[in-house]
Amino acid sequence: MLAFAIRRLGQSLFVLVVMSFLVFLGVYAIGNPIELLVNPQADAVERARATAALGLDRPMLEQYGVFLSKAAHGDLGRSFVFNVPAIQLILQKLPATLELAFAAMVIAIAIGIPLGLAAGLRPNSYIGRTIMAGSILGFSLPSFWVGLVLIMVFSVQLGWLPPNGRGETVLLLGVPVSFLTWDGLRHLAMPALNLALFKLSLLVRLTRASTREAVLQDYVKFARAKGLSPRRVIGVHVLKNIMIPIVTVIGLELGSVIAFAIITESIFAWPGSGKLLIDSINQLDRPVIVAYLLVIVTIFIAINFVVDVLYSVLDPRVRLGAAAAH
Amino acid sequence: MSVVAEKTPQAPPAPLAREQSPWRRFAAEFAESRLALFGLAMLVVIVAIAVLAPWISPQNPYDLAQLDVMDSKLPPGEHSATTGKPYWLGTDDQGRDMLSGIFYGLRISLVVGVTSTVIALAIGLALGLAAAYFGGRVDAIIMRIADIQLSFPAILIALVLLAVLGQGVDKIIVSLVTVQWAYYARTVRSAALVERQKEYIEAARVLALSRPRIVLRHLLPNCLPPLIVVATVQVAHAIQLEAALSFLGLGLPITEPSIGLLISNGFQYLLSGKYWISFYPGVALLLTIVAINLVADQLRDVLNPRLKK
Amino acid sequence: MTGALLEVEGLRTHFFTKAGVVKAVDDVSFRVERGRILGLVGESGSGKSMTGYSILGLVDEPGRIVAGRIALNGTDLTRLDAAAWRKLRGNRIAMIFQDPMMTLNPVLRIDTQMVEAVRAHQAVSREAALARSREALTRVGIPSPDERLRAYPHQFSGGMRQRVAIAIALLNQPELIIADEPTTALDVTIQGQILFEVQKLCRETGAGLIWISHDLAVISGLADEVCVMYAGRIVESGTVSEILERPMHPYTRGLLDSVPSRNTPGRPLSQIPGMTPSLLKLGEACAFRERCPRAVDACAAAPVVRDLAAGRTLRCVNPVA
Repeated sequence: MLAFAIRRLGQSLFVLVVMSFLVFLGVYAIGNPIELLVNPQADAVERARATAALGLDRPMLEQYGVFLSKAAHGDLGRSFVFNVPAIQLILQKLPATLELAFAAMVIAIAIGIPLGLAAGLRPNSYIGRTIMAGSILGFSLPSFWVGLVLIMVFSVQLGWLPPNGRGETVLLLGVPVSFLTWDGLRHLAMPALNLALFKLSLLVRLTRASTREAVLQDYVKFARAKGLSPRRVIGVHVLKNIMIPIVTVIGLELGSVIAFAIITESIFAWPGSGKLLIDSINQLDRPVIVAYLLVIVTIFIAINFVVDVLYSVLDPRVRLGAAAAH
Repeated sequence: MSVVAEKTPQAPPAPLAREQSPWRRFAAEFAESRLALFGLAMLVVIVAIAVLAPWISPQNPYDLAQLDVMDSKLPPGEHSATTGKPYWLGTDDQGRDMLSGIFYGLRISLVVGVTSTVIALAIGLALGLAAAYFGGRVDAIIMRIADIQLSFPAILIALVLLAVLGQGVDKIIVSLVTVQWAYYARTVRSAALVERQKEYIEAARVLALSRPRIVLRHLLPNCLPPLIVVATVQVAHAIQLEAALSFLGLGLPITEPSIGLLISNGFQYLLSGKYWISFYPGVALLLTIVAINLVADQLRDVLNPRLKK
Repeated sequence: MTGALLEVEGLRTHFFTKAGVVKAVDDVSFRVERGRILGLVGESGSGKSMTGYSILGLVDEPGRIVAGRIALNGTDLTRLDAAAWRKLRGNRIAMIFQDPMMTLNPVLRIDTQMVEAVRAHQAVSREAALARSREALTRVGIPSPDERLRAYPHQFSGGMRQRVAIAIALLNQPELIIADEPTTALDVTIQGQILFEVQKLCRETGAGLIWISHDLAVISGLADEVCVMYAGRIVESGTVSEILERPMHPYTRGLLDSVPSRNTPGRPLSQIPGMTPSLLKLGEACAFRERCPRAVDACAAAPVVRDLAAGRTLRCVNPVA
């Protein structure tokens, strides 16, 4: 178990290094940020001076080496636009994104799994088919358009919810969160729902498929032969079996939700790292882009790692090994 | 006496008296879902619109000569102040007829989506077959790359690529292809591996049939069913991704406005109640995606032997 | 009570599929007495397992019991509603399945799976249920039951798992046990042990047992009465000695002949030619006609079940003896 964890950790670090190189390579090939930061009327001397000051005249590999060593110390450069450490910018905005992502996941799980269960138990009933049709609609809807519709309905027409921004925040363990305030919840509702929609549909379909498969298994028949109530058969026997693959999928999808938050943040002007990324791309603020990508990649790798370990913990067959006790 | 215990009686395969060609059987099974047929019909209509856009649009929205700024931001159903022609879905801030804009936009979205899918499929197919056939190192390398890529969300990869490459139709297609090829490669490889282990491939190798022959005539046809399903779904994903990227301002340039750009254009007018500039393009996109997904779902059920009851 | 423990009369369980009606169980009748063991013999596809499921009321869509009477101590089960039938399962009627790896839930502990079986039918405390489980495990010959209770199914060997399944079946002192090929997936040596245990428990508790199998050798060593099934129908029934020594149906005869006998080495193994018919295309005629060496024209008509003596039935117009 320990050996497995260490090996996965090693693999993860390797992937991290490779990704950092790719990210660096890609981002540093974009245009010329000098154009952005220097007075357009500046002459060549000015530009040369600015270039040298920012270290942009060194060969690529040397830039990467410097970058890597600085990165190991947590210094990912300063934003060209804001002139603060890039990593600081990202970390400032990250809690907002994470809050949005978690809220969306919670909604997706709370609604998706029960619906999927219902659809899987009675696939050919009216309810089952409606849920399935609904799920197709759910992941066909372009999320940005749904955001627009939500704003249209709830902000413009009904005036119930604010169309953009994040609400009041309070400090929870030193991190500002907004879901603990009523105003915060009002601001969180639409973006979280918007973000949740796609994942919700996927979860419904996954749960339905897993349930359909599980119900055909012999242990379900045996459980019924024991005279167990249908509630127990579904709620304990089936649920425990399908939760294992579903939990792993949820874990993996969490990373994807953080990425998709970029779109939601743009629509609802949610002050998270996604919006920061888009702005940075448009402004060619390389250090911020790099910092963002590295932070995201790290989060991803961490999530993958945790999910792998979690899977082996949850499934007793993996955890305890197939020791034939006789 | 066999050892197999029965659980439920198996209905034996339908008698061979009805000699149907595989295509007709496939069509019949597909048609079992009314929803899928509906999706297919919708898809045909949408593709027709996209193909015939220049001829059936009331107006060419990109011909500046035809636009009248006086007609800008008219709600749906209003008539032009100058020509008296009706604008069925309203106009945008430049006076462009939304309906025409949507027709042309669909065209671009579909072309980009399908093109990138086809290219990605070709690349993925080649790499997947190579991985399955050669095995060993080749397989490991290709699949490692594919796996690492697949563990990151498509939008992130696309964003980074676009940030690096800049804007333009060709660059969008490159991004979309990069994002997609791994799905095809993986699917093809799995199917090909299953097939490769079957005995008749061994027999063919023993008979020293040339490699390309083995690959093309034996491995390939069996990879097709899952590939078709994946490709159909991926077209929808490609279209959605392109729309999202265009919405974010990183996708197609303004000279070739896809649906995503139309939607993002109208975003600023949303809060003042002029919803139609964003709303209707979104509906068009939605219908396209739903149609594709309905068809894809039924294809998956029909082509997947494991789901056959 | 003087009536039989279980009386099945004219049971028909049909499956209504897109391809047609599959008559899995087609007019099956038999009796099981208290403390006696009935062997239900037949090839795969003969409907024997489905008969067992029908008695338990576990027939799933697209199948259902269309006709017949299943009387447990006089109560017709087919007239019961779902909730009432559920109260009987695992309580008065218990079932043991073929493959214990698949029937025990792999992600739940043994004690969970045993305790729930007890508490589904009686309001007892968890400790009381655990005590009963412990006792049941000991009874089926599993050592150190406390350790075993906290384990998961995959940590057991096949034979142990099946013993656990038997223990679960016995938890609520059922009056009737249905065992569906419980030893098919096990080693021959383990098989022998399980058979012995089951027979002993049956005699001790006075429960009736239906043992479903395709293996005549097993049945011959275990059962008191035997029913031979073919294509959803019972073709012959009687006591085990009657069936083994004086089989009357050509199919029974064929089954007996195809068991490699120790007494005739060197002779070619005899077998029944052909294959079991599809249950989809059964007409009223005798289903064994195509493969029967004694088929005559009269076999094209529906053969009726004849009661030859008490408990001795035959569905054949041209029997062997």
